[in-house]
Amino acid sequence: MSYALPPYAEALGIGVDPADAASPVLWFDYSDRVSGRPGFLHGGAMSGLMEMAAIAALQAELERRGEAMRLKPVNVAVEFMRGGTQQRTFASGTVTRAGRRVALVNASCWQDDPAKPIALAQLKVLLSPAE
Amino acid sequence: MTSVDAPLNLHDLPSDYAFDPGIAATMMTRHGHGGWLGIAYHAHGPDWVELALPWREELVGVAETGVLASGPIISLMDNATSMSVWTLAKRFIPHATLDLRVDYMRAAQPGRTVIGHGECYKLTRTIAFIRGIAHDGDPLDPVAHVTGTFMATHGNYL
Repeated sequence: MSYALPPYAEALGIGVDPADAASPVLWFDYSDRVSGRPGFLHGGAMSGLMEMAAIAALQAELERRGEAMRLKPVNVAVEFMRGGTQQRTFASGTVTRAGRRVALVNASCWQDDPAKPIALAQLKVLLSPAE
Repeated sequence: MTSVDAPLNLHDLPSDYAFDPGIAATMMTRHGHGGWLGIAYHAHGPDWVELALPWREELVGVAETGVLASGPIISLMDNATSMSVWTLAKRFIPHATLDLRVDYMRAAQPGRTVIGHGECYKLTRTIAFIRGIAHDGDPLDPVAHVTGTFMATHGNYL
């Protein structure tokens, strides 16, 4: 997969694991850069990680189909369920529906156990054929 | 050299401390995610707070265009709306973001500072309802619109 992480993801120290999976898992380690209230992860950092994971999943899906599309995020809804603690945080996306014009992608964020997400996100992305 | 006797962190404030958005923003943005993003206090009113997010290369989401990533915008709006709750409540109450929905109306202009205007439009004992916009110069032409809720985790808002 030829998914290149943007400067924001690089700066946050986001890693992709493994980069060629159907739905890549993105992660970052806990640091002051991603902390919110003392000792806990910032919700915005979780959201950023989930958005990156959702876009990565969508790009992987479009690549499998051989479709070159320009992506434009329309909106994102994030639910925070648990406080993120001082450890590695993961996120991955699932393409729920990708039509010709719009895609719906769900993403989850977890720490210890993927079955116990700390946050969920749902993204809508407008698709248009790349020039 | 004398050390300032002000609490370093919002969570260290006495419970009867009158909330001051300007001072609190300085505390919130000195370290952590907000500090790294470079978020700074801009303005406030009785139920609203504005924070500024200066553009910088590291926060770009699409390298080719220089457009800011959406993560920093969410963090900006999370912080601005969070502070609007304490501003309306007139004191700091520990709380957690329950949910946040962000509509991206257009891409922010590369190089421009983004202003996050957060407003608390309803406070109940345990839930705060918030909304806000992010703009890059003209509040009538926002880049994003947000709505969401916070929940008081230790104590009540009212």
